Amino acid sequence: MQTLPMMPEQASTAASEVDALYIFLVALTTVFAILIAGAIVYFAVKYRRRSPQDLPRPIEGALKLEIFWSVIPFIISMGIFAWGTSIYFKQYRMPAEAMEIYVVGKQWMWKFQHIEGQREINELHIPLGRKVKLTMTTEDVIHSLYIPAFRVKTDVVPGKYTSLWFEATKAGRYHLFCAEYCGTNHSGMIGWIEVMEPPDYQAWLAGGKQEGSLAQAGEKLFQSLACANCHKSDQAGKGPALDDLFGSVVALQGGQTVTADVEYIRESILNPQAKIVAGFPRPQMPASMPTFQGLVTEEQMLQLIEYIKSLKTKQGASAQPTQPQASETGAGKPQK
Amino acid sequence: MEAIVDQPRVHYINKEYGVKSWLLTVDHKRIALLYLASVTLFFFLGGAFAVALRLELMTPQGDLMQAETYNRMFTMHGVVMVFFFLIPGIPAVLGNFLVPLMIGARDLAFPRLNLLSWYIYNVGAIFTLYAIISGGVDTGWTFYTPYSTTYSSSNVLLTGIGIFITGFSSILTGLNFIVTIHTMRAPGMTWFRLPLFIWSHYATSLIMILGTPVVAITVLLLALERIARVGIFDPALGGDPILFQHLFWFYSHPAVYIMVLPAMGVVSELIANFARKNIFGYKFVAFASMAIAVFGFLVWGHHMFTSSQSVYAGMIFSFLSFAVAIPSAVKVFNWTATLYKSSISYSTPLLYALGFIGLFTIGGMTGLFLAAAGLDIHVHDTYFVVAHFHYVMVGGTLMAYMGGLHYWWPKITGRMYPEGWAKFSALIIFVGFNLTFFPQFILGYQGMPRRYYAYPPEFQVLNVMSTAGASILGFGVLFPMVYFVWSMRYGKVPADNPWGAFGLEWQTSSPPPTENFKQTPVVTWEAYEFSPRDKMEILGLRGVEETKV
Amino acid sequence: MEDTHSVKGLAHHFDDMEQQREAGTLGMWAFLITEIMFFGGLFMAYILYRSKYPEAFSSASGHLNWRLGAANTVVLIVSSLTMALAVYYSQTGNKRLLITMLVLTMILGATFLVVKGFEYHTKWVDHLIPGFGFEWHLAGDPQKVQMFYFIYFAMTGIHALHMVVGLGIMAVILRMAMKDRFTQTYHSPVEISGLYWHFVDIVWIFLFPLLYLLGAHEGH
Repeated sequence: MQTLPMMPEQASTAASEVDALYIFLVALTTVFAILIAGAIVYFAVKYRRRSPQDLPRPIEGALKLEIFWSVIPFIISMGIFAWGTSIYFKQYRMPAEAMEIYVVGKQWMWKFQHIEGQREINELHIPLGRKVKLTMTTEDVIHSLYIPAFRVKTDVVPGKYTSLWFEATKAGRYHLFCAEYCGTNHSGMIGWIEVMEPPDYQAWLAGGKQEGSLAQAGEKLFQSLACANCHKSDQAGKGPALDDLFGSVVALQGGQTVTADVEYIRESILNPQAKIVAGFPRPQMPASMPTFQGLVTEEQMLQLIEYIKSLKTKQGASAQPTQPQASETGAGKPQK
Repeated sequence: MEAIVDQPRVHYINKEYGVKSWLLTVDHKRIALLYLASVTLFFFLGGAFAVALRLELMTPQGDLMQAETYNRMFTMHGVVMVFFFLIPGIPAVLGNFLVPLMIGARDLAFPRLNLLSWYIYNVGAIFTLYAIISGGVDTGWTFYTPYSTTYSSSNVLLTGIGIFITGFSSILTGLNFIVTIHTMRAPGMTWFRLPLFIWSHYATSLIMILGTPVVAITVLLLALERIARVGIFDPALGGDPILFQHLFWFYSHPAVYIMVLPAMGVVSELIANFARKNIFGYKFVAFASMAIAVFGFLVWGHHMFTSSQSVYAGMIFSFLSFAVAIPSAVKVFNWTATLYKSSISYSTPLLYALGFIGLFTIGGMTGLFLAAAGLDIHVHDTYFVVAHFHYVMVGGTLMAYMGGLHYWWPKITGRMYPEGWAKFSALIIFVGFNLTFFPQFILGYQGMPRRYYAYPPEFQVLNVMSTAGASILGFGVLFPMVYFVWSMRYGKVPADNPWGAFGLEWQTSSPPPTENFKQTPVVTWEAYEFSPRDKMEILGLRGVEETKV
Repeated sequence: MEDTHSVKGLAHHFDDMEQQREAGTLGMWAFLITEIMFFGGLFMAYILYRSKYPEAFSSASGHLNWRLGAANTVVLIVSSLTMALAVYYSQTGNKRLLITMLVLTMILGATFLVVKGFEYHTKWVDHLIPGFGFEWHLAGDPQKVQMFYFIYFAMTGIHALHMVVGLGIMAVILRMAMKDRFTQTYHSPVEISGLYWHFVDIVWIFLFPLLYLLGAHEGH
């Protein structure tokens, strides 16, 4: 501890951008603080009261000066506003090409699921130089996933999915914190991000216990929860077929439409009556889907979503949903 | 001079004696003292929690207390300091005492409501104290749902009731000030002759009556949800936890201005009087208070940049947050400009005022870091935020409160505090404060999250510095407590206007009589201009035949 | 001190009646602004969840007895009229009619509360009290319907509380009127209480369509 670091390591593409704004603001604050403190000290010495009879002449103020010191700070602050907002937009607009990892927060641990099937607790292995998107939810209270070295943070809110992304630029081990107070062991809800060189990462993915990919786990659930009985890919089931559903625009009863994203799929499983697909229930086989609230954990929900994402008309639903993100995971296939 | 004060004189303190004469008083000055007693008690209670927190944080691992205890401590530190010290502090003590005096009124418009507000405050305080004694509450003062509605097993309900009740004392105070300032100004006391202290209290009162009811209903809904298990805020029950954050910050961000606007008013008085100079750009400073009150209601979303609200909402809240910074900056510039070609006397209150300007500048500028949405992502919910708002709340509000207490102490008690000790403790407080909170900026940027009971070892050095500072600060605030009490009996008896200050409150005797002024004053001079009589006196020209009014 | 203080009804710290009346009126207006913000939080919650769960809300609303709600609306509007007349008679110094109007206002206010009580009782019988054995077998997700009823009880409950307070105020004013405390020059307590009474009525004018007519409207 010989030197006090002023900032955490810069280990993501965002880090240097955030730090640049920070350094600018530190400099600006220093300049203003010195100007003001300097003026105060100078005046305090120069105009100290010399006799109890001192009666300085009143000065009314000066409009030009007021305008000057309102407008200049305003312009400066608008500059900071634009700068800060551009970083903000970049941070909260998810790049489409990012590889996805799912996160479930829980009092007081972080659970990660890789698409390929690896599951981790309080530790997350990611490859260097790849954009990674975390899709997150929580089983209980609000948490907030925070990686200081990446300068990223997003609240993890129950009942919905939030996301954040980053691209690591430096291999190493970095802190992972929960930043939103979540109860007794809030300060224990911490862990590590392990940034690995891509080959090491592939090796890590290949190693360890293989439980099959996330989509495969989802498929098993899809069968065991009897979803497959109604949602048949041949359009003959009581419910809508789910092939090619993800990302498509779904026409609903009443003429509205909705884009089939993670939130929509989640809602349809937990609260099936909320949005009903146009033409359902089919006239010849009336049925209504029961709610799966309480039957599906947050982690299982993510597996189901990943399975539904993997459903493509071409190969048929049940054939081989094991390479959903094959193009993204690079040449070296993680699966055997 | 001596001859005047030697005569026994009836004033508001010695007019009546006995417990009943205090507990049933409708005199705004006595109620201010009742508030002073309550608020001081809570200040030291909240301070004790703070010291315990800092002691725990000396080492990275948790050793002094359990995590549960620590979480209760920081929650109660926040609840007590925010709702029972910072919000009522300056308005209910200094404001209560001074608003009628400064505008030349005999009392506030509704004296009985004023007394009622003190009782309401205490009823709320009793609920909260009971919650603290019977196990405390561990949700953080922000009561985020669903932790507070569903998961916390601590005394959320009792604390909520306490805050709900106390809110009404704040509403009544605000209502009283607004009506008083509108309808009870002395002849000649036009709006632009009002001291800036009054302007800032007027702006504060607007926030009190507009914002407080929203937090009241929010806390009520939270309590009902806890009782009936029906989800307004808990997503497991169909509710929306983000709605709670919106409603909570709709009040709690403006509440920050309830805390700091009165402090700005105090600082205007201190600067003007100890520099013997009218405030530079008086109208701009006055309107800046109003602008802060209005814009303050439009920026609550900057507490939620990382909460998954839409990026466009984030952008708008970021823009408005920068906008609200401008009037504060204008005030700082005008105060500084006031010192130009003035005549500055280095008394304790002025030291506090200058300390305020310096610390508030840092507190305000670091607010820009947080208003910049992209940077806030990194520092949100870290010690950077903790440092920022302590620079505003302690470096701002507490400094001004202390400065104001010293300045008006002879007016309130008819005794002087010991100047040497006061200067010494002001210095201790300043040093202790900076040592406590400056390292927290760095800690925060390094990534230490707030509300952590244990932390990674690399953060220890800065935490030890902060704890060392906190012990100095804690020590520093004990001095005034001792010498203020001491001075009530042994302090020097000052003249009616010991500072040679302007302002109507100094035109009457110290302490003032119950009815404040022997005759209703007629104001013929501008704000921060000496009355003709005082001017003569300062220049040593006052004729012997002139008698005190 | 000043001789004005012998004026009937003038508090010691005011200069004259005009100042006292102005202070009282402004105070009540400020208080009513506070009240608006207080109800505002509830309206926010209502708007959010109504747009989030339109079916459940309209289905739940359809189960409310809009006839009773409408009857109560009429009762309150008439009570506002009698209150306005009370203020008028206090200004003209007609003590007998002032008392009559105050009594009428109180009767109407009490009628409102009795009707409201009946409605609440029905809800109790139908197991529609959120958190206390809530049951729902009609259309709409029961959880969301329960949320509607939660908001319904919070809003109408707080409104009813204001009515009770209003009746208390009216009782005080009535007593003052009977004791000849009001004159043609001193009657601001009647006016100020009137402001409060009208405000409570207006809140109901908003609550009625939002809560009762939602289902009827969705039905078409």
